[in-house]
Amino acid sequence: MNDFFTKTDLTRKDAEGIISETLNKCDDGELYLENSKSESILLDDNKIKSSSYNSDLGYGLRAVTGEVVAYSHSNEISKNSLKLSADNLSSTLKSKKGIYNHEIPKTNKKLYNDINPIEEKPLNSKLELLNEVNNYTRAKGAIVQQVTASFAGEHKSVEIIRAGGEVLTDVRPLIRFNVSVMLEKNGKMETGVYGIGGRQSYDEYLKDDNWKKVCDEAFRIASVNLDSKPAPAGEMKVVLGPGWPAILIHEAIGHGLEGDFNRKKTSAFHNLMGQRVASEGVTIIDDGTLHNRRGSLTIDDEGTPTEKTVLIENGILKNFMQDRLNARLMNTRSTGSGRRESYKHVVLPRMRNTMMLNGKYSQEEMIKSVDKGIFAVSFGGGQVDITSGKFVFNCTEAYEIINGKISSPIKGATLIGDGPSILKEVSLVGNNMMLDPGIGTCGKAGQGVPVGVAQPSILINKMTVGGTQL
Amino acid sequence: MVKDQDYLKKTASFCIDLAKKLGATNSSAAIMHSISETVDFRNKKLDESDRSDSLGVSLTTYIGKKKSNISSSNLNEDNIKALIERCIETTKITPEDEFNSLPDKDLLATEINDLNLYDDDHIGNDKKIEYLKEVESAAFEKKEIVNTETSFSESKSNFILANSDGFLNGYKSSSFSASCVAVAKDIGNNMERDYEFTSTCHLNDMLKPSQIGSVAAIKTIQKLNPKKIESEKISVVFDRRISKGILSTFASAILSSSIARGVSFLKDKINKDIFSSTINIFDKPDIVKGLGSRYFDSEGVKTEELKLVDQGVLKHYLVDTYNGKKLNLKSNGRNGGTSNLFFEKGSISYNDLLKLNQKTLYITETIGHGSNLVTGDYSVGATGFMVENGVFKYPVSEITIAGNFKDIFKNITLADDLEFKYSTNAPTMLIEGMVVAGK
Repeated sequence: MNDFFTKTDLTRKDAEGIISETLNKCDDGELYLENSKSESILLDDNKIKSSSYNSDLGYGLRAVTGEVVAYSHSNEISKNSLKLSADNLSSTLKSKKGIYNHEIPKTNKKLYNDINPIEEKPLNSKLELLNEVNNYTRAKGAIVQQVTASFAGEHKSVEIIRAGGEVLTDVRPLIRFNVSVMLEKNGKMETGVYGIGGRQSYDEYLKDDNWKKVCDEAFRIASVNLDSKPAPAGEMKVVLGPGWPAILIHEAIGHGLEGDFNRKKTSAFHNLMGQRVASEGVTIIDDGTLHNRRGSLTIDDEGTPTEKTVLIENGILKNFMQDRLNARLMNTRSTGSGRRESYKHVVLPRMRNTMMLNGKYSQEEMIKSVDKGIFAVSFGGGQVDITSGKFVFNCTEAYEIINGKISSPIKGATLIGDGPSILKEVSLVGNNMMLDPGIGTCGKAGQGVPVGVAQPSILINKMTVGGTQL
Repeated sequence: MVKDQDYLKKTASFCIDLAKKLGATNSSAAIMHSISETVDFRNKKLDESDRSDSLGVSLTTYIGKKKSNISSSNLNEDNIKALIERCIETTKITPEDEFNSLPDKDLLATEINDLNLYDDDHIGNDKKIEYLKEVESAAFEKKEIVNTETSFSESKSNFILANSDGFLNGYKSSSFSASCVAVAKDIGNNMERDYEFTSTCHLNDMLKPSQIGSVAAIKTIQKLNPKKIESEKISVVFDRRISKGILSTFASAILSSSIARGVSFLKDKINKDIFSSTINIFDKPDIVKGLGSRYFDSEGVKTEELKLVDQGVLKHYLVDTYNGKKLNLKSNGRNGGTSNLFFEKGSISYNDLLKLNQKTLYITETIGHGSNLVTGDYSVGATGFMVENGVFKYPVSEITIAGNFKDIFKNITLADDLEFKYSTNAPTMLIEGMVVAGK
């Protein structure tokens, strides 16, 4: 465990005093301390392009009263700096009449081991492995023009000190391994990207030549795209494959079910609680408690233990995802969804691992039922406009379906839909639920946090495919 | 107050000296400090205040042709020492790369002509709140507006860049910005959202608060009751908010890193026609108070104005030291990308541009990350308006627009309404023959 009070003139007792004084008559707030170390090693163009190491230390002091949040952060942990922050908060919060809520549930669970992925393996062995990855992938043929492979490891210690001296801590490992391949054939260039990761040591992911599967998959996606033809344009049926395509759920539904947008009534879902928002058979949860997963947290960034939150049950809207602020203002409890990218950021309600649960149909049945449509297997990024509910995502591997059969691969096209209505268009839910490989980062209000998604294959009756072929 | 140059210079020199002592043959260091204060308002009430005090160091050490990098926000001397030791150890075992080096000494910036990038004015949170109240009351003058979120941010930064060839320079800069996001509701309870903002180096140059509020409100209300249209091939006009994105894509595609790796759809296009012959593109780093202005790039290399595209012909890549050596080109001071990038304005007025076609789809917003820099394929979600004979008819949403940049670039007509609101700027832009997917 990290001790934030060793190399500073600020003692724990001083800090506790400043916190209690600042948060007097506030509804909520805390001092959040963070020490994070991260490394990234990148191989590109046959060479180790960069090896970098980052060490970040800082605090964020937060006071909440009513709907107002005052926040001040700095990377100088000292008496003077914390006092400056406290003064800044007090100058904003002039009239305080809150009652500090000391209730915070406790947990003894640990969802990941206390390992430091950066230090557990010497740098040399990582450099060697990246070279092996490069050689292995390039050996697949002369069409391989470019290979990029990277390791990213992080070790983050977090301490939350609340008014009254209550302390909550967490130590969070996170790794990611990524391979990108560019192929060129007959003057046509295409890329394929694949990666894996989670809150475990590198070895868990790379043992038994597991890394080769990552290279194979990146190469396979690029190869498929080399033979792709222009995508169709217009409304049609869409079958989504299992696993990572669940970012559709994340964009289309997930963001709209975050507490802040609903409290502020800017989400298209804010007045739909208890109502049907999806076809029968559609159940969606947001689960922060899966062991070692990228989106999992033992406690969230306010100290609340995470949980498995049912968002939509059999098509009916059941819960929003809440941090403490929005829960209090909406008369409910935190779902352990209060997250921040780092000490530099305020807490917001965020997703963890967002999953659609299994139905009873096979993917084969779905494809057979489609006369004209597309089968989308993998996606790049997505985005949503919370207010209008419109969302998009970009296919990175997709095929045309003609008369119930998978036909030629098609070029990357954007799919666009309407969040509140898309789940009503889900006509079949598959029985093959899969977790994504552990690569997702979700952006909101300029903050990126690691997330996961999962789903079985699903058939959507109608979506607009943004190709070029009319 | 942001830390002064003396403090930053002292810290940077400490890093460079220590790296040398510990065995680096070369090194560079950047020390950055910024303080920003933001106030957020929502529906005429204070929502959030945020103060950010951020100090950081980034250091690169070289041993011959080996290189490694560390960064940290902890400037405690013991910590810096431990990190530099770690960096040297990592450098030793990192393989050589023949192109690793500091910039050529003769390219380093020596003269600095003041571009007025720093305004010492400070606006307290109380004054920020007054400004935002005016923004919101202007927005709420329209009865369709049901929600507003406004924000005012002030930021001051200072930095020093140093390297072991004796470069030691940096400068202060400031930024003031305010924005308003409005939400409007129609009779059927459907909501739309739009925005307006101002962002400047100097406090006095900011737009009037009432202007921001009313523009945000008007733009939002215009979007109510959108229709989805049939899929078709149609002429598309990009509002200035969107047309600048075409320039950003162009800039990413001519980064020397993409060219050297062969992963850009514009590789091998130097001295070739990539735009129609009426198009000229400039990158001008020395605009007074310019949002993208700079005295040198992130390696200390002097930056001069470049005419990147001359009558449709690509004349320069954006070259940094490493990729320049790989491509056998000299750095043109573009490590970190472009500065103030813009299209030279066109010769036709905005109104006439809209009348060039009987039917035009006018795009005000795109969503999604649908630009593929390897293939040039483009496909994004869009919202906007249907324009017939130059007249705005109705809002359009839930559609996509798609094409390939190689074709898009050759089919651009620019209006004469260039303004400098961002660091990358383009006039209103007509693109013939894009495919719209709708119903």
